[in-house]
Amino acid sequence: MSATVEIPGGIAANRASSGLQVEGEVVQRVVVDRSCRLPVLFFFAAGLAWLLLGSLFGFIASFKMHHPEFLADWSWLTWGRVRVAHLNMVAYGWASQAGIGVGIWLMSRLCRAPLRAPGLTLVAGLFWNLGVTIGVAGILAGHSQSIEWLEFPKYATPLLFVAYALVGIWAVLMFVNRRPGHVYVSQWYLFAAFLWFPWLYGTANVIMQAFPLKGVTYGAVNWWFAHNVLGLWFTPIGLAAAYYMIPKVIGRPVHSYYLSALGFWSLALFYSWNGMHHLIGGPFPIWLITASVVASFMMLIPVLTVAINHHMTMRGHFGRLAESPTLRFTVFGAMIYTLVSLQGVSMAIPAWNKITHFTHYTVGHAHLGMYGFFSMIMFGSMYYIVPRLVGCEWRSPTLIKWHFWLSAYGIILMVLALSVGGFLQGAYLLDPATPFEYVVKSTMLFLQSRSVSGVAIASAHLIFGFHFALMLLRLGRTGGEATTFLSREVRS
Amino acid sequence: MNSLPRLFIGIFVVFLFAWGGLVAMPYLQLGGLQPQVDEDGNQFPPQRDSLAEYGAEVYAANGCMYCHSQQIRPEYAGSDLERGWGARRTVPRDYVNDRPVFLGTMRTGPDLTNIGKRQPSALWHHQHLFAPRAMAGDWSIMPAYRFLYKVQKVKGTPHPDGFTVPGDPSVPEGYEIVPTKEAKALVAYLISLDRSYSLKEAPVD
Repeated sequence: MSATVEIPGGIAANRASSGLQVEGEVVQRVVVDRSCRLPVLFFFAAGLAWLLLGSLFGFIASFKMHHPEFLADWSWLTWGRVRVAHLNMVAYGWASQAGIGVGIWLMSRLCRAPLRAPGLTLVAGLFWNLGVTIGVAGILAGHSQSIEWLEFPKYATPLLFVAYALVGIWAVLMFVNRRPGHVYVSQWYLFAAFLWFPWLYGTANVIMQAFPLKGVTYGAVNWWFAHNVLGLWFTPIGLAAAYYMIPKVIGRPVHSYYLSALGFWSLALFYSWNGMHHLIGGPFPIWLITASVVASFMMLIPVLTVAINHHMTMRGHFGRLAESPTLRFTVFGAMIYTLVSLQGVSMAIPAWNKITHFTHYTVGHAHLGMYGFFSMIMFGSMYYIVPRLVGCEWRSPTLIKWHFWLSAYGIILMVLALSVGGFLQGAYLLDPATPFEYVVKSTMLFLQSRSVSGVAIASAHLIFGFHFALMLLRLGRTGGEATTFLSREVRS
Repeated sequence: MNSLPRLFIGIFVVFLFAWGGLVAMPYLQLGGLQPQVDEDGNQFPPQRDSLAEYGAEVYAANGCMYCHSQQIRPEYAGSDLERGWGARRTVPRDYVNDRPVFLGTMRTGPDLTNIGKRQPSALWHHQHLFAPRAMAGDWSIMPAYRFLYKVQKVKGTPHPDGFTVPGDPSVPEGYEIVPTKEAKALVAYLISLDRSYSLKEAPVD
């Protein structure tokens, strides 16, 4: 291990070298970008389609919570199915596919090699979307397994497993065939995530289907899986993108290599043990819950490490947030990562968990992580990557501005509403003298506010979807100047 | 960390470590748990009949678990006992017949660990599933499950399973509500939810 100056993409070493070499780097990037075009755009487009549909289902589920008679007479639109369909669409349809798209591009760029086996990634993409489509249809038809984060019916799981495994195989291929040289921190995260996820998914499904599991052992497997989808899949991809985009946009190396390594291995070690904090107070051996509570506390190490590393990298460059869309989305996401992780640690404290467990507070926490952190970083990365694939720049800074503010205010309002509402719900539940009727009534205002925030977020997605479609149609700006918040609108 | 094998072994070992702790260990400790049998041969928890087992599938299909938990936490962890949702905390043995297990992580509605004991009337459950607000109060935000029922005109003798909901104006005079097979199974499952028996590791005192 050397204390290399870290700039993603390996240009650091070339900074002082000849102009010829720099030119070679540029040519090489163009070749890499071209090789990624089809698979990455496919994953982005499919992901965005699921995001739009998932937002709609999220809104329906939210609206039903204060208008329970809304769309109540169709079995496939009953709340319990719509809510589950929403989660699976946004987690597996949107977030995972956006993550794979970003991951493929980052891996190729960082391995400094054109995309290997593009056919493999496309086949994976087709299986993935087929699996999610069949899975969501199955949930709406009433075939949900009712195991959180593993609701897709049994007949959809082999399709999804094939897709995940192909992505894993592809990651190994890329990594083995990388151009020799330094391996950047984002590559560790991506490589690990692409291997962990098929392992995790395969193991969880094999255990649940093939073993005579029963009773609470189901619960243990469930939360081992569900929390690791966040910890060993979404979080590493989100961090990989942040570790790339922040230094890249401001043109400055990552503050510390050693902090990066510490952050990576401590995340892997502690996050993977977190799951059972969802079962505090439940019918489980106390050692099991305690292990996860302790691991949740240990998360302070990777979280603060990454926070310090990113903050020190950004120091003196916060002014750039005013111009770069990529930086604004990514830094917002990285800050929320610190916040949501510290919140997660606090929620594992038994005294506080006593209030927040079983309430909307947890739902707010989940949205803060999956949206405020992960999805925002994905948006930021897409603003960076898409122009390099389609050959034109984003058309309108105004549309990007609207996307950012509707998403940012939307998620802040949603999390505030669910946190306050959830806190009241939990505090009233804890007092046995408060009738259940009063508990429900006390949350109504906050559930209504959550629906308002959902409209803002869904609007942001419509704007982004429209802008992305313009890019696919090559209706962006030409001339090579990247679009920033300071660019003028094109008139035509 | 430029070496593939080292990186690979690292991420594999970390994965295996957590799997061993959170999946394999609980399975070794609890996988062989059996119902408790008393001197008359009665099992606790008792086996469900096939109708109630089917009801658990209806419960899963409609996502009941996403609003209703099925676990009673001990006194130090919440007010579950004081709210009268159970007379004792629940323990792993209470769930040995459940596959999958609906412990739940949310209480938009009340806990259902012992709903069969709290509310043993099948008629009440049918009326409540059909018209939650007519039965529980207009504050209830539970969805109505009218799609599990048929509303039909009473011709001659009423249907043996037919019922009406007093205070629900949506079903006109002269009509009756008849549960489908799914509705009957779901109610059988709900009534089977009774974990009020005493276990040696969690006695009811």
